[in-house]
Amino acid sequence: MKKISFPALFSRIAFSGLAAIIGAAFALPLVWFLFAPFNARAELGLALPDPWTLSNFATVFGNGFAMQALWNSLIQAVGGVILVGAAATLAAYALSRSSLPAKGAVTYILLLFSSVVSGTAAMVPIFLIVSAAGLMDTHIAVILTFAGGLLPTAMFILRDFIDGIPKSYEESAMVAGASPVQAFFDVALPVIRPGIVVVVVWAFVNIWGSFLIPFILLRSSQNMPAAVAIYSFYSEAGTPVVTLLAAYSLIYSLPVIGLYLFVSWKFGFRFFGGIKA
Amino acid sequence: MTTEPLAARPKKVRNFALLSNRAGGAFLLPAGLLVSVFVIFPFFWVIFVSFTNRTLLGRTALNPEFVGLANYLTLFDPATFFQRGQFGFSLILTTQFVLCSALLGQALLGLVLAWLIQTVPPAVKRMVETFVIGAWILPEVVIGFAWFAFLDRDAGTLNMLLKSVGLPPGDFLLQHPFWVIVVFNTWRGAAFSMMLFNSAFASIPPSYFQAADVAGASSFQKFRDIGLPLIRGHIVTDLILITMWTFNVFTPFLLTNGGPSYRTELVSIYNYRVAFQDFQFGKGAAVGVIMMLINLAFALVYLSIGKKKAAQS
Repeated sequence: MKKISFPALFSRIAFSGLAAIIGAAFALPLVWFLFAPFNARAELGLALPDPWTLSNFATVFGNGFAMQALWNSLIQAVGGVILVGAAATLAAYALSRSSLPAKGAVTYILLLFSSVVSGTAAMVPIFLIVSAAGLMDTHIAVILTFAGGLLPTAMFILRDFIDGIPKSYEESAMVAGASPVQAFFDVALPVIRPGIVVVVVWAFVNIWGSFLIPFILLRSSQNMPAAVAIYSFYSEAGTPVVTLLAAYSLIYSLPVIGLYLFVSWKFGFRFFGGIKA
Repeated sequence: MTTEPLAARPKKVRNFALLSNRAGGAFLLPAGLLVSVFVIFPFFWVIFVSFTNRTLLGRTALNPEFVGLANYLTLFDPATFFQRGQFGFSLILTTQFVLCSALLGQALLGLVLAWLIQTVPPAVKRMVETFVIGAWILPEVVIGFAWFAFLDRDAGTLNMLLKSVGLPPGDFLLQHPFWVIVVFNTWRGAAFSMMLFNSAFASIPPSYFQAADVAGASSFQKFRDIGLPLIRGHIVTDLILITMWTFNVFTPFLLTNGGPSYRTELVSIYNYRVAFQDFQFGKGAAVGVIMMLINLAFALVYLSIGKKKAAQS
């Protein structure tokens, strides 16, 4: 329709160039990570692997401590996710569909507390509560702490989601004779499922990647998740074994990358007004 | 005939709910318990502990004594307040950190990125988004280690690049630790602002920009006169949220451990050192209380803006 003038074309190219440069700058700190895991002689310097090899991964898979830590990460993340998913779904459904008198106040208080009580501000009381409950150095301590911390945000995301679903689905089920509980499990739950998937993925990535909470609540190496293991590898052990650490970090990052790809493929990567814990 | 609607009416007025109050309460119970124990209770417990001399080990571990405001007086002792490794130093450092890395770094870079990717070809857009979001979603320990390698004095990627263009290399973690964590946090968190502003720009009707095109406006004019005023609300939201997150962030610990000599010891890291390396829980709790009060101030501002918005619509 309109011929693109020369200055407009020029500014377009300048825009693309600028965007590409910023994008490349963002990639820089991670470039090393693309090569080091596949290089049997990797050091902290950037170098093309010669030859490309999977031997670092083989060594990691043979390392009992490293594998145990990944397994611990999985236990804690899955445990936390199940709790968050189930409790948040029930609670969000109640907040959306019941006429409890203090609904508005509950939501407001939750929103307030969840942003005030951050993990870093509350590390002392959380440590003391877990310690008083005799749960120090257990998976369940980490699972419960994360569940409590992530639940408020999970509830908001799900409540918004359920608010967007017409009540008539459950109403017609109840007209047909279903009990409220049946209406929830057989009618509402399948419709809410995409929302639950989003919450579950979000909670999993959060717990899987978190460092501080397991770092202060766990003491023994047999309970440590991979996040703490990696930190202890490169901070305490003098000169880190770079080859192992690079391969191990990549393995540890894979679930997060995979879930990101899954979410952006399935839903388009939008983000919700939630608060990253 | 006439009795039927009469009988039906009271039911409608009663505001029929799908879930009875009792069932609703039961549904809320598990989440309510978990949140009470791990979010609401810590808020009050930390206030209580901050008035005691509780420690991790020793006599006061089991029988802490009430010490009144002693912990707060130590934190705000004017003789040491501004010294390195003391609370005041840490608080000022954190303020500078929030100003530089969140408000200037993340928000500004996010805004520029969001504006740029509105017009660039899809391939460039996808590339930029992938890297920026990648920096945001990867686990913090991995990011910490990647930057550790990136900044290595002898062989790191950054020094390699600097040398290749003829600039002097440096040991940045030792020489400029504060600016390292500022750049680090900007890099780590710009994705959130970018995505928020991106969706804000996308919600502006395209006809506004088309009209400006017809009038011959430049991209900067469109940004200044159309884009910016229309996303003002989003900018406020973004600034409050990233300020709160950056204030509470612990990730720089994974890169610098708070050092060298306390020069990157943010309040969160100071809190960790006092409580878990010096084992002074009472003092650590007092730091936690102050952090929560600052969080509370920001949260109240945020919620009141949200309420205003809801009232307007």
